[in-house]
Amino acid sequence: MKKFLAQRFVFAIMSLVAATLIVFVLSRMAGDPLLLYAKPGGYGMSEEQIAALSEKLALDRPLIVQYFIWLGRVVTGDFGVTLLAERDVRTVVFEKLGATIQLGIAAFVLATLIGIPLGVVSAIARGTVWDYFGRTFALLGQATPSFFMGIVGILIFAVTLDWLPPGGRPVDENFWPHQVRALVLPTLTLGLLPAAGYLRLTRSSMLEVLDSEYVKLARAKGVNVNTVIWKHAFRNALIPPITVSALILIGFLEGSVLVESVFAWPGVGRLAVDSIHNNDFPLLTGVIFMFAILYVAGSFLADMLYLVIDPRIRYD
Amino acid sequence: MAADTASVASAAQSPTTSDEQSFGSKLWYVLRRWPVLPVIIVALLIFMALSAPWLAPYGQDEQNLRARQAPPIWYTEFYEENERVTDRFILGADHLGRDVLTRIMYGARISLAVAGISLVVGMAVGATLGMVSGFYGKLFDELMMRLVDVWNALPFLLIAILAAIVFGQSVTVLLVLLILATWAGVVRNVRAEVLTLKTRDYVAYSRVAGGSDLRIMWRHLTPGLINTVVVLITLRVGGLILTEAGLSFLGAGVPSNIPTWGNMVSDARQYLNTAWWMAVFPGMAILLIVMSVNFIGDWLRDRWDPRLRQL
Repeated sequence: MKKFLAQRFVFAIMSLVAATLIVFVLSRMAGDPLLLYAKPGGYGMSEEQIAALSEKLALDRPLIVQYFIWLGRVVTGDFGVTLLAERDVRTVVFEKLGATIQLGIAAFVLATLIGIPLGVVSAIARGTVWDYFGRTFALLGQATPSFFMGIVGILIFAVTLDWLPPGGRPVDENFWPHQVRALVLPTLTLGLLPAAGYLRLTRSSMLEVLDSEYVKLARAKGVNVNTVIWKHAFRNALIPPITVSALILIGFLEGSVLVESVFAWPGVGRLAVDSIHNNDFPLLTGVIFMFAILYVAGSFLADMLYLVIDPRIRYD
Repeated sequence: MAADTASVASAAQSPTTSDEQSFGSKLWYVLRRWPVLPVIIVALLIFMALSAPWLAPYGQDEQNLRARQAPPIWYTEFYEENERVTDRFILGADHLGRDVLTRIMYGARISLAVAGISLVVGMAVGATLGMVSGFYGKLFDELMMRLVDVWNALPFLLIAILAAIVFGQSVTVLLVLLILATWAGVVRNVRAEVLTLKTRDYVAYSRVAGGSDLRIMWRHLTPGLINTVVVLITLRVGGLILTEAGLSFLGAGVPSNIPTWGNMVSDARQYLNTAWWMAVFPGMAILLIVMSVNFIGDWLRDRWDPRLRQL
């Protein structure tokens, strides 16, 4: 176990360094950072001013040195300030994090509520209409590009029917109905893919468990069908879906980039895209750092969930 | 397909026999057993892509500014009222009066070619690394596995957007990005397969007979890996097409003047109020092809390599 934890720790550090280093190098290649730093009207800066600025920002040093200077500050919790508004990167990221977490939780709940029950039904009623419905849903869900799903949703429910807002997040309005209404389309869009994933996984693991010896034994002993399904089979069939749930949460990070762009949802996904387009590299590296941390934490959580849920697994 | 025609023929010959199954149930049996429809859809889309220069009703960038946002052909009222629009657009026209069907056909060329090339190259790289990793083991294997772990932890979409901005949008950049997105996915599966294959007796015999490492890998291990790799390829095509479309949609794919399905949906965003066909048809094309290849992939996996079931 100790060895496993040590390995995980090394993996975490390596992932963080790799992700931020790649982004750091790429974003410095996107153009002379000094010119980006210059405020409107700042192009008349004198040579000395440019030199002073570049020394202050350590831009005159080699890239790798700059990276380690950045890393050194990050270790002390200092992520620098954004280029455009000169605000603390941490504050900006945390401001947007709430919107993404809200969306992520809503989509996660939706995916669980659709995927797992449908997967169970699909497995129990294998070969019936229910099964075909479930499998068609899974096929559709895994094949629909989320941005296309979002656009069709806007087209039907916002443009044609005018039931839901086409995007945005009305924070100042009442939670019910305004905020909830604004949440519906993004949630459906983000939640569809994981719902389909849960469905397939639950179905296949349920089928496997239902085929196992102990379930047959329970049936042969004369245990009631429902008890066998829910007590013997379902509990064990849940192991794979629960353990991937941490990975699904991680997937929302990537998913939020697309979904938040479609719905103008003010979360970290959109913040990341904006910071790329503005070449706001302190902000971008900060966001990527946060993404990487969440990823590492999520996959660690997934490994730990295996241990808790499935006592047969040991990390030795 | 042979079974398909045979059952159709026998059903046609003796439709009155009472113990003969009805045509409908036979058809259903065939459709359930073989991925007939998905194969037809994929074949049709590939045919459309290949024949675009000859079959497309208009040129790829041919504009007809009088027919901006002309609706699909079944909106007959529009065409009766606007007599100056003499062209007919089967799936409508976009904001510059370009035919949507034509652009979907040309878009298929880019989307499918990009997905195909990057998949084959990415898989080849990943499979080779997995093979070497599993075959030699030790330090290389350890480093490889850690590299795959770290690689999978990168926020790929964001790095891809950034790279597209730094290196400029082009098909080459997109290809490289998609190859980078693909290779890590196979290394682990191939490695695991090699680990079991290399303990087989025939590998030991080959070694005794003086076979070199390269010969063992190529002649004795590769044939055993083909099923796994083909199944993995078909299972990944869909995801790759989606990634390509997503990157195009975010403005990090091929330049926006080249029609790809993702680009078309992205362009259409601004015209949702007035021209729904601009978004819906290219989106449907993505959906259809991804659904079809996923279906074929599932089918192949169940037949050839059921151990990959959890994917």
